[in-house]
Amino acid sequence: MIEVRDLHKAFGTVKAVDGVSFIARDGEITGLLGPNGAGKTTTLRMLYTLMTPDRGQVLVDGIDAAVDPLGVRRQLGVLPDARGLYKRLTARENIDYFARLHGLPEGLLKSRRDALIEALEMTDIADRRTEGFSQGQRVKTAIARALVHDPRNVILDEPTNGLDVMATRALRQFMAKLKAEGRCVLFSSHIMQEVAALCDRIVVIAHGRVVADESPDALRAQTGENNLEDAFVKIIGSDEGLAA
Amino acid sequence: MNTVPTKLQRSRAFLTVFLKEVKENLRDRRTLISAFLTGPLLGPVLFVMLINITLNRELDKAEKPLPVPVIGAEYAPNLVDALKAGGVVPGAAVADPEQAVRKQEADVVLRIASNYGKAWRKGEPVQVELFYDSSQRDANTSVERVTQLVEGYARQQGALRLVARGLSPSTAWPLQVARRDQATPQSRAVLMFAMLPYFFVITIFMGGMYLAIDLTAGERERQSLEPLFANPVPRWKILCGKLAAICTFSTASLLITLLAFAVVGQFIPAEKLGMELDLGVHFAAHVLLLMLPLVLLLSALQSMVAAFAKSYREAQTYLSLLMLVPIIPSAVLSFMPIKAQAWMYAVPLLGQNLGIMQLLRGDGVSAEQVGLCLAGSLVAALIAVLATIQLYRSERLAISV
Repeated sequence: MIEVRDLHKAFGTVKAVDGVSFIARDGEITGLLGPNGAGKTTTLRMLYTLMTPDRGQVLVDGIDAAVDPLGVRRQLGVLPDARGLYKRLTARENIDYFARLHGLPEGLLKSRRDALIEALEMTDIADRRTEGFSQGQRVKTAIARALVHDPRNVILDEPTNGLDVMATRALRQFMAKLKAEGRCVLFSSHIMQEVAALCDRIVVIAHGRVVADESPDALRAQTGENNLEDAFVKIIGSDEGLAA
Repeated sequence: MNTVPTKLQRSRAFLTVFLKEVKENLRDRRTLISAFLTGPLLGPVLFVMLINITLNRELDKAEKPLPVPVIGAEYAPNLVDALKAGGVVPGAAVADPEQAVRKQEADVVLRIASNYGKAWRKGEPVQVELFYDSSQRDANTSVERVTQLVEGYARQQGALRLVARGLSPSTAWPLQVARRDQATPQSRAVLMFAMLPYFFVITIFMGGMYLAIDLTAGERERQSLEPLFANPVPRWKILCGKLAAICTFSTASLLITLLAFAVVGQFIPAEKLGMELDLGVHFAAHVLLLMLPLVLLLSALQSMVAAFAKSYREAQTYLSLLMLVPIIPSAVLSFMPIKAQAWMYAVPLLGQNLGIMQLLRGDGVSAEQVGLCLAGSLVAALIAVLATIQLYRSERLAISV
């Protein structure tokens, strides 16, 4: 479970995150929806302790990120906005590297890695160097790398960015599988259809603030709009930066 | 669902980072060429070529017949004969000796005045002019040779005149200068080898350069630093693993270059000039010892500078500038020889420079000097490492542009 309480973060005079609170529960998919530049990535970066919040608290499975950042990172599997792979290493070696950084014993590492390679259908590319990988192959490798230590909580920053239809479908199925395994899945997106199709809970962020935190149905009911797209536009106040 | 790694397993992080960096960089051709080929071998090859050219030219000039245009040779046949005996080949007179020398058509031109014969017979002093350009270092040996021949001839004739008048030649020279050159064969070599320490520093630099760029600026540019920092490993451990990888590559470069110098040292015809040059095991071991703290210092400095850069190219530019810094002690020492004080050994780069020069001179280095050198550089290296760790903790470092 991920709990975020009243997060603030400013860069100079720009308030990127200005009082964000929400809870992402185990066995649920929580969507962080908002236009580009709304503060989604900054919020997530504070969750996986890459950045320190100016104010507010982050709790992951009850561990305070300010007190024990390493403990928090141990509970998290993260697919950051930056997907950078090591291009002179094979996909398998990329995954192994992160597994070892997590301190996985070699035997467990092997079985976890092979299970993920199978689940993500990347057996054919596992022993190729990642240089020249397609966007989809890169995301798969990055996800396998992020989940190899079997984390309870999974954070995915714009996971379907740049993926084609087939890869997006596969990824959505994979996220549903993570949810079915009882994990807490938190992902950000600026694509409404995706959020609507997947999420148990939607947290809408605009201008660094949470403007709605509901289930998709409740959101429709609250705005009185039948169509989610219209509901979002109504909540955010404009359709700038949103994609259907 | 959650595996809780034990304390013991987590301490592998340093080794994990180190091994991964080494493996990854061993697969990069550019890094390999720079660290194991051009970096360590360029120095020795360049060095041997330069030394050989210099030595051969000096040797040539000292032995070869020296053509000198002589104006008015017909007025002083005896003088010209004396010059011929000394290996000078008198050439045809030139119209304008100043121009000939300035245009480098001749190293030196001799002009004998037309009243030479008349004055000589009267026993009066007579002028002989030498035209040369002292800024033309190349010509210095020739000028020196001709000068000595002319002066030798003058002294000889002067002595003969005194004897003819029944006087002892020593009357005219109450003072005699006896030169006692204290230069040992090695110390003569040192003048030529003043830039040698810089070659070693450059090698260390080149060996680690591409890694340093790749491990900070490069990792940032390919956006892999953020995922890396999401792992439950303190950043300083990651940095230490990376520094260790840089140090390993630059030490390997240094070893290759020392080996190359040892091999190549055999081909330097130092003994022809009466020099002795020892670039063997003893020398290599001492250089390695003196250089080790520098390896750490340079790796930290390189990482630090590269971390400031936004991109790979920018980092490359910064590092090329940083590479010029180690020239300073070598250049200062070769242009204005200073007497080494004890504290100078504790100054990084300067200390190594002094130590290596002493080794070349054949004096050896004392334990105290080695101790100062190691301690001074090690302290500087630790400060640089701590500063880099501090820089690595900054929030902005990980955010890819």
